[in-house]
Amino acid sequence: MAEPVLDIRRLSKSFGALKATDDVSLDLRAGEIHALIGPNGAGKTTLIQQISGALKPSSGSIRFLGEDVSALDVAERARRGLARTFQISSLTPEFSALRNVMLAVQARQGSSFRFFRDVMTDASLTEPAIAALSRVGLGDRVRTPAAELSHGERRQLEIAIALALRPKAFLLDEPMAGMGPEGSRALTVLLDGLRAEAPILLIEHDMDAVFALADRISVIVYGRIIASGTAAEIRADSAVRVAYLGEPG
Amino acid sequence: MSRETLLNAGLALLLLVLPLAATALGEPFYVSLATRMAILALAGVGLNLALGFGGLISFGHAAFFGIGGYAAGILAGHALNAEPLLSWPFEFSGSDQMHVVWLVAALASALAALLIGAISLRTSGVYFIMITLAFAQMFYYFAISWPAYGGEDGLSIAIRNGFPGLNTALPMDFFLICYVLLMLALVLSWRIRDSRFGAALQAARQNDVRVAALGIEPFRTRLAAFILSGMITGVAGALYADLNRFVSPSMISWQMSGELIVLIILGGAGRLFGPVVGAMLFVLLEFLLGGLTERWQLFLGVILLGVVLFARGGVIGLLVGRARHG
Amino acid sequence: MQTALLIEQLLNGLQFGVMLFLMAAGLTLIFGVMGLINLAHGSLYMIGAFACAGVAAATGSFWLGLLASLAAAAAAGAIVEMTIIRRLYGRDHLDQVLATFALILIFSEGTAWLFGSFPLYLDIPPLLQGAVELPGGVRYPIYRLAIIGVGIAAAFGLYLLIARTRLGMRIRAGESDREMIGALGVDIRSLYTVVFALGAALAGLAGAMVGALQSVQVGMGEPVLILAFVIIVIGGIGSIKGAFVGAILVGVTDTMGRILLPALLTAMIGPAKAAGIGAAIASMLIYIVMALILAFRPQGLFAARG
Repeated sequence: MAEPVLDIRRLSKSFGALKATDDVSLDLRAGEIHALIGPNGAGKTTLIQQISGALKPSSGSIRFLGEDVSALDVAERARRGLARTFQISSLTPEFSALRNVMLAVQARQGSSFRFFRDVMTDASLTEPAIAALSRVGLGDRVRTPAAELSHGERRQLEIAIALALRPKAFLLDEPMAGMGPEGSRALTVLLDGLRAEAPILLIEHDMDAVFALADRISVIVYGRIIASGTAAEIRADSAVRVAYLGEPG
Repeated sequence: MSRETLLNAGLALLLLVLPLAATALGEPFYVSLATRMAILALAGVGLNLALGFGGLISFGHAAFFGIGGYAAGILAGHALNAEPLLSWPFEFSGSDQMHVVWLVAALASALAALLIGAISLRTSGVYFIMITLAFAQMFYYFAISWPAYGGEDGLSIAIRNGFPGLNTALPMDFFLICYVLLMLALVLSWRIRDSRFGAALQAARQNDVRVAALGIEPFRTRLAAFILSGMITGVAGALYADLNRFVSPSMISWQMSGELIVLIILGGAGRLFGPVVGAMLFVLLEFLLGGLTERWQLFLGVILLGVVLFARGGVIGLLVGRARHG
Repeated sequence: MQTALLIEQLLNGLQFGVMLFLMAAGLTLIFGVMGLINLAHGSLYMIGAFACAGVAAATGSFWLGLLASLAAAAAAGAIVEMTIIRRLYGRDHLDQVLATFALILIFSEGTAWLFGSFPLYLDIPPLLQGAVELPGGVRYPIYRLAIIGVGIAAAFGLYLLIARTRLGMRIRAGESDREMIGALGVDIRSLYTVVFALGAALAGLAGAMVGALQSVQVGMGEPVLILAFVIIVIGGIGSIKGAFVGAILVGVTDTMGRILLPALLTAMIGPAKAAGIGAAIASMLIYIVMALILAFRPQGLFAARG
């Protein structure tokens, strides 16, 4: 079998006495959606932070596309093709939706040290950005400042930015949160097709979406992965039922 | 054309008409007033790149202003006395030509900005403010205690540096030089603001976590902006020394750094012509209030306090509303 | 170089350091509790010096002057806090910098208006005039020793205040969690005013004591303010302990550098050049120390918060 796109081995992270990530190993293979579920405070976002480079793990390694990226910073991992969305939308609020996405396009092109040409007349930036916005359903909100978008629209913009990066892997931190049923359905369809472009590590609370989309599911509780398998396997797992779904085993 | 563009064009015209009219009316003093406006505006355009676009609150830009000033003074002094300034790697005994002075001022400021920026940009928030202030103070004390170039007393420039084809001793010729440089810097600043680099810089001000997550290094972007910013302010410093035919440590003082920030804020931070409005207003206030009382800065303090507490967008914000980004 | 001179300079450095601590402690406390950067802290130092000089001249008593300096600086601090500073807590640092820069202009020009542009002089009180012989045969001015004593006592008092009293508990709560302290039912507004006035009084005390060593004049506070910033950057913002260590480090480094560097250079390149170069480098020394510390610990030696 080919080497996984993203390979996390024995990752641990402690804050004082608290083990936020406890010996976690998981991987992400080409073409799949691997969902990471668990109760609030289980350490999912902490894990994403470590994978993206925002937090330094206490121990363990992270390999991406066959190389150890553990020592690289956020920007360098992003340049290698690791695109992350934020659980709480993180945008440039004064910029329009379009310019938010254009920034991702220029980042992908590695061309931020150009000092003269007006970005708004640069089709190599605007066209891919508009395409990404249309794809998430924000085609009619192109010129709206990010700060004036609704909560759900900001979530969509997060996805558009990730799309525009054309990454080698997506790290999506609760993309459906606060989107409303219609938005969630549309995003489910989008993500379903997206896995062919790049595999997705998906953190999500919307269980309908998770069970509809995920090729594999890992369950994390108190920083530990307690189960990993297909949707059917996870549904049947008694440990998961006890620890997470709150049902007696 | 947007209202802001119209306002900017009007301001550019006003600054040009003012000394022309003064010359026609035989009031050369007002030409030097307008020259002062243009030079301070140029220094402000430099700072605006870092502070307005990049959100980097540098309380140490007087360092670059002073370095530029000393570049003018030192080069002119060596040229006058034909003393070699450098014998290696090439022979250089100063220059009394402005374009050479500007080049040296820009390069020296760039080097200083690289050093200050490389250390201070590793931090943020109040740390950045305090560190830039501290480094400028370091240059200030260095200028005071280094005896070779006048120390505390400063350095006079016997004859204003020249420029090919112009008589810089004439107030109007010198004003035009300063005005053209200001316009060039504004064009540069405008292009940078709308460029890819400008997008990255402004985005890093709004949300540097997001920018890093896209794969753009906020540190490198900011350092480049800080260096460019220092260079422009450095060239303004060289002009300022030539205007007064004198340079002293006071050009590097914390008050100078503060005044540069103040004139940007009065005009409107992050607005292209913010420093221009601010400098015109600042020099005008200094002239009008300074004519009434020696303690005019008391009123400047009150006005500034009012602007900070009640009129955040500066004059341009009051006149044309908030900035919009495409 | 004689040991006596070294000891004397070391004590001078210590005296300079504790005086700087009085400034830095207030600044770092105000930042730690209220998140405010206060450029006008140097004005409070100046107000203390002027109050002391003015009252001492009018009454003939340095001690009344000293009391007046504490009262004037604390009162000025409290008034400014209640009228202006209070509006700045929620604002960004740029607004705080600008507004407090405006306050410097207002205080400086206002003081110049009241007292004129000429410096005032303050005599050392008779009780503390003269010098004592220290072990090792060094004669050292009593007044400077007294400043060191007051500075260390103030540091200890501040430690007790913060570690042991109810006010200190509230200050610590304010440093760790600004919302929490409101929930505890503490009146934040008056707590902030008290903290600001306390910091102001410390600055005023420093100004008054130094006033008898140097002249009292407009603009005397800002160079000290900038040194206090260097100290806070070195020590870590919000940390009183960091402020103390940083202040002593800066005071001693600066003072010793000014005599040791020229001496060292004289040995290396001869006296003619050494005086100028030595003085120039010595004047930059503390900033170089700051840069070195920052290169290794960007958050300072005792970082309390980011």
